[in-house]
Amino acid sequence: MAIQVRLNGELRELPDGLTVETLLTHLGVKATRVAVEVNETVVTKDRYVAHRLGAGDSIELVAFVGGG
Amino acid sequence: MADTWSIGKHTFTSRLLVGTGKFPDFPTMQRAHLASGAEVVTVAVRRLDLAAKGEASLLEWIPKHMTLLPNTAACFTAGEAIRTARLGRELGMGDLVKLEVIGDPRTLFPDVVGLVEAARVLVKEGFTVLPYTNDDPVTARRLEDAGCAAIMPLGAPIGSGLGIRNPYNLRIIMEAASVPVLVDAGVGTASDAAIALELGAVAVLMNSAIAGARDPVMMAAAMRDAVTAGRQAFLAGRIPMKLHAAASSPMSGLIGS
Repeated sequence: MAIQVRLNGELRELPDGLTVETLLTHLGVKATRVAVEVNETVVTKDRYVAHRLGAGDSIELVAFVGGG
Repeated sequence: MADTWSIGKHTFTSRLLVGTGKFPDFPTMQRAHLASGAEVVTVAVRRLDLAAKGEASLLEWIPKHMTLLPNTAACFTAGEAIRTARLGRELGMGDLVKLEVIGDPRTLFPDVVGLVEAARVLVKEGFTVLPYTNDDPVTARRLEDAGCAAIMPLGAPIGSGLGIRNPYNLRIIMEAASVPVLVDAGVGTASDAAIALELGAVAVLMNSAIAGARDPVMMAAAMRDAVTAGRQAFLAGRIPMKLHAAASSPMSGLIGS
């Protein structure tokens, strides 16, 4: 089973049953470097394991970049 | 007593705040940051490039003693700025935010209505809000009323290097404000930074003037010295401007008289 989500603005198929924690592993992203927002609400690091992703979720993965 | 300044729960000695954008490379940025003596450094929050795995992280190149100031650059609505600020707090684990709500892509002038709106929300959420704003004294007052920890009027448009275009408005803002006033944006060269401090700004924030200089590291050192000189001149108290001369040497006792 796969679900469709919007990840950083792009439609994408993900395996069903992922949490934020397993999504980051799935993508090969280090949790220390990113912040996660699901449906316009920040998911704090302590909720990565518990927060289950669902079909139609809009997920933003962000990091710090250079700026003034 | 040390000449320090405070914002929220943070106290700093350096009156120069620097950015991390537009440097030719990370090693140059790091050397410039160290040369600047700055203790606060701005960073932007952007979508992670999911294709570029293992890319060097900006944070690894920022000296550990520096305090991160996440910005909400390129946000055009209060809502976007609020979301970006929350993500920045999650990334940086700090309460500081340089709040930008941009109203016009060509000038990057702030949308002051959206700015005040976003400031109110973020202050309620416990952020220490440093708003990038116009050199407008009334907006500055609104931002202070909203609970902002500082006011950061522009000297000139972001990245323009035009210097301090309206020193009189900046003075009016500083005169009225009971929170620190920092000049943010517009600095082109060292004398601009000195002028900001001479006017009474608590500090000056810049990115392009250092990052875009031919020698960013040397310019960072120049900015460090200019900020120190400007601050000392402010504290020392400049002489009033006069239209005519006032002789420095005695006018009497001249030979042949």
